[in-house]
Amino acid sequence: MALPNFVLIGAFTYRPLIMNIYYSTLNWTLGSASATIVGFGNYVRFFTSDAAGVVLTTTAIFAVLTVGGSMLLGLLVALALNTKVRGQTLARASVFAPYVLSGVGVGLVWLFIFDPVYGVLAYVLRRFGTESPRWFNDPTLSLVMVIVVYVWKNLGYCAIVYLAGLQSLPADVMEAASLDGASTLRRFWHVSLPLLGPTTLFLLITTILSSLQAFDLIKIMTPTSQGTRTLIYEAYVQGFGAYQRAGYSAAISVILFVFLITLTIVQIAWVDRKVHYS
Amino acid sequence: MSLATVKSSATKTETPGGSSAPGRVSAGRRRRILPTILGGYLPLVVIVLVVAVPLGWMILSSFKQVSEIITLDLRLLPQRWSFANYTEAFRTAPFGRFFLNSVLVTTIGATVKVLLAIHTAYALVFVRFPAKNVIFVAVLVALMVPPQVAILPNYILIAGMNGLNTYWGIIVPSLGTAFGTFLLRQAFRSLPISMLEAAEVDGAGHLARLWRMVIPVTAPSIATVALVTIVSEWNEYIWPLIITTDPNLMTLPVGLTLLQNNESGPAGYGVMMAGAVIVILPVLAVFAFLQRYIVAGLTAGTASN
Repeated sequence: MALPNFVLIGAFTYRPLIMNIYYSTLNWTLGSASATIVGFGNYVRFFTSDAAGVVLTTTAIFAVLTVGGSMLLGLLVALALNTKVRGQTLARASVFAPYVLSGVGVGLVWLFIFDPVYGVLAYVLRRFGTESPRWFNDPTLSLVMVIVVYVWKNLGYCAIVYLAGLQSLPADVMEAASLDGASTLRRFWHVSLPLLGPTTLFLLITTILSSLQAFDLIKIMTPTSQGTRTLIYEAYVQGFGAYQRAGYSAAISVILFVFLITLTIVQIAWVDRKVHYS
Repeated sequence: MSLATVKSSATKTETPGGSSAPGRVSAGRRRRILPTILGGYLPLVVIVLVVAVPLGWMILSSFKQVSEIITLDLRLLPQRWSFANYTEAFRTAPFGRFFLNSVLVTTIGATVKVLLAIHTAYALVFVRFPAKNVIFVAVLVALMVPPQVAILPNYILIAGMNGLNTYWGIIVPSLGTAFGTFLLRQAFRSLPISMLEAAEVDGAGHLARLWRMVIPVTAPSIATVALVTIVSEWNEYIWPLIITTDPNLMTLPVGLTLLQNNESGPAGYGVMMAGAVIVILPVLAVFAFLQRYIVAGLTAGTASN
């Protein structure tokens, strides 16, 4: 009764991993009948090209800023939500909502907001007497724009996980700290934050993993991959864009997979042991 | 009246064990009205607005005419509520078809996935078969493999089987489910063995035990898996994007890309907002009513569970 599922997982999850490694050794145009074996040629070509620097730097910047942004803001939101004030449930649901929405839809909405002439943001900036930056024309600004939207869409996940962490902090410890007369800030810094360590570590790994796989927003908001050539997007553009370089695209996918699997192993070996399941 | 309740409950949380003389307590409460509003309410209002404003703007703009979109003098509400953007979206692209395709792909995909997850989880928990632990670990590892890494080999395989621009080509590669299997396995493991053993003595087979006992008892977990699966099928983008080139087979997110290409330039924003509403609003509606299950499913396996 479980066989169909195992067969499907084998055929469409495990098989591609192996085939990717094979394809990555070919000089092959997608759809072409002939291919030549080039061994590590595609990897050499990637790492010796100018693209490698751009792609790896972009991937790193995107990952660091989206992970840092959504974890930091997520923690702040969690602290704000950790009260018994009325309306807390509504705020909690609101902050999580963008996380479940279509990246394509969200990307279009924010493209309109960011429009340098007709967007709401430009309107607000004009009211303050400044011109809107040209988000769509400058590679750095395009990257910033996508990062902002990515954080907007994903910080709710961090907030809810942090909130659950805050609510499971041992009550006796927190009470002892407040009886000792520690200020709210000191209590947070010296008691709550260290106790949230396992949660932080868990979030760090999972958000890096999903940030490395971000595709929908990037594709919709920067269709020409201007400023946003992350590993995943580069693999897509090379394989399914104008050039259809299947072998080269597969090589980039394998590189991405090596990053992802390394992080996953770190998570299983290190984080899971520190995270307390209760 | 409501402010008083809020104020007192907030005061309670902020000063645990503050049981001094009654007079001093009420003075303390009065002093805390402002901090309560600033520290308790203001952040919550900001949080809700940061999420609601862009989505509200999307909805309002979708009902505006082009002249109200291409203007430097922004107004919050449409001067005259117009469905022109929606009719335009349906005119320039087969939006009705996109919607039906999304409904079809989501319904079939999610149904099969949930059924597969239920049966796999049952087998992993209650049926004895060889190499069970190895297989479970393989399912667990599959959970970690990002689908993005698999698209090129899957594309080559499906294209080779003439699956381009077909429903089965869109649906089949993502049917294998590690997430649902993992979540339901946890739920099934918490069931008392004695209950199932009693059924076994009564001569009920595996399928009877699964459908008559396990599924009814674990319905909330199954609902969680179903909802998360439905939402992710509905939003699925990269695979349908590469496997369909024929607009008649495209799902909503892919169709929106087509719309974006057709309607480039500021004049198209209204139509694009209409398209975004069509893809976002159904999920938002489902989330509004069933958010407890969806949040639980998506944050499953975290430190807090």
